[in-house]
Amino acid sequence: MSGGKLEVVRAGALTTLQDLGRFGHASLGVPRSGALDQPAHRLANRLVGNPPGAATLETTLTGVAVRLTRPAVAAVTGAPAPVRVNGRPAAWTAPVHVPAGALLEVGAPTSGLRNYVAIGGGIAVAPVLGSRSTDLLSGLGPAPLTGGEILPLGTPTGSPLHTDSLVWQAPPEELVLPLLLGPRDDWFTPATMKTLAAGRFEISQHSNRIALRLEGPALERAVHREMPSEGMVLGAVQVPPDGSPVVFLADSPTTGGYPVIGVVPEKELSAAAQAVPGLTVRFVPHRLRHRHQSPSQKRAAAAMQEHPV
Amino acid sequence: MRLRPVGEDSLLIDLDTPEEAQAWYARILSRRDAGTLMPVRDIVPGDRTVLLYGVAVADAAAQLQQWSVPPSAADSGPLIEIPVHYDGADLRVVAALWGVTEDEVARIHSGREHRVAFCGFSPGFAYMLGLGERYHVPRRAAPRTSVPAGSVALAGPYTGVYPRASPGGWQLIGTTRMPLWDLEREPAALLTPGTRVRFVPQEASLESTRATTMGTATKGRKA
Repeated sequence: MSGGKLEVVRAGALTTLQDLGRFGHASLGVPRSGALDQPAHRLANRLVGNPPGAATLETTLTGVAVRLTRPAVAAVTGAPAPVRVNGRPAAWTAPVHVPAGALLEVGAPTSGLRNYVAIGGGIAVAPVLGSRSTDLLSGLGPAPLTGGEILPLGTPTGSPLHTDSLVWQAPPEELVLPLLLGPRDDWFTPATMKTLAAGRFEISQHSNRIALRLEGPALERAVHREMPSEGMVLGAVQVPPDGSPVVFLADSPTTGGYPVIGVVPEKELSAAAQAVPGLTVRFVPHRLRHRHQSPSQKRAAAAMQEHPV
Repeated sequence: MRLRPVGEDSLLIDLDTPEEAQAWYARILSRRDAGTLMPVRDIVPGDRTVLLYGVAVADAAAQLQQWSVPPSAADSGPLIEIPVHYDGADLRVVAALWGVTEDEVARIHSGREHRVAFCGFSPGFAYMLGLGERYHVPRRAAPRTSVPAGSVALAGPYTGVYPRASPGGWQLIGTTRMPLWDLEREPAALLTPGTRVRFVPQEASLESTRATTMGTATKGRKA
């Protein structure tokens, strides 16, 4: 089962190649990129016996249809969605045998937004700066899939994982995002900090792989001068002058010029990746507490807190 | 120097001036090269900051407290010369803002050394400092939907060169043919943080003359 090709029969609304991301080049302005729902991407690879860094297809809203030139094990994870092989229903979030020439279809998710399609052996396009991820902000990596496109497959290395103990959580009615305050929460008024904790925001339809854009009560600043650009992390909640918060996702820029009020921890972002426009978002702001501190760490922690909160 | 935790696993070193930030960034890189830096996934300099992205926050903070970082010498770092035609669409606007002629914009801009403070916006886009405060200009009120690759532009205290065509709101003063971003090169970015830059004015008329008279001779050669 070496090599082989994948033919894109129906590309869907937006299907890209994704892996764990592009690391180590942020100082040159290269975004991190990578699968938005990392646990779903990793699980898809695990189910087909791929290493976690193998490239999967990340679909958006309307699934994808592909044909393989060789038999393969495939797995579809992420948002719950109908899976078909040559028209017959197949399992979601399980290894599925796809014969050579057969059509593998992923339909529109019944809830959520994005699916991950892993093929045993992975999708073997040439990596760019160590990653096969499509970066929609900077244009690095392969372009989004188009109908009729042919992609190379890699050689399977591991065995498919058969399991009946997968935990599946129904998508929530609202997206609750823990938020670690800082580094620039001191740029906002005390009233804003209350609004941040109590307010209900709504996911804008302008959200994409770059950022989750939110609409709701405006977050007002206490400091109105311009902020010199500084490094941004995945999950940073940046507040532009209009006061509508923006949650940085995988394809976000490496530096930004608006203050970051807090950061959503990476492990919470997979839920954000599945959140559809219109969904309500609530933040739960808190401060990081370091357990098991040595005396020097305590001094450092004290030094870190010398800025007003 | 203030340390600000960023999320669960990152730390922002917050400094008062770009010069301090550049010195800290240089120190961090030299420690990394010497193998004496704490494990960190990515290092992202900013205008007045250095972000340690993916680091054990408390350990890193404890270590950084011990450092004393003197400002780095102005002439340290590699020097790159960038040939520029000062023919940008906003040259007249910038000349008016500076209160000088268009030729003087070229003379002033090319007459001093610039230094890459940090990158961002897109791969290989460098924010260069070097113009005195009286030469700082605002961004355009309405950004352009597409700025051509190689455009040399000003905004705030910075000079930037667009590595590829993209939307942009900076004031365009010139163009260069020098490739800013090349994946075949290591590193792919021509302008990395800490690089010193001199812009070398090119005679637009001379270039176009050469293109006409040597058109046949240069055919097939890469620009």
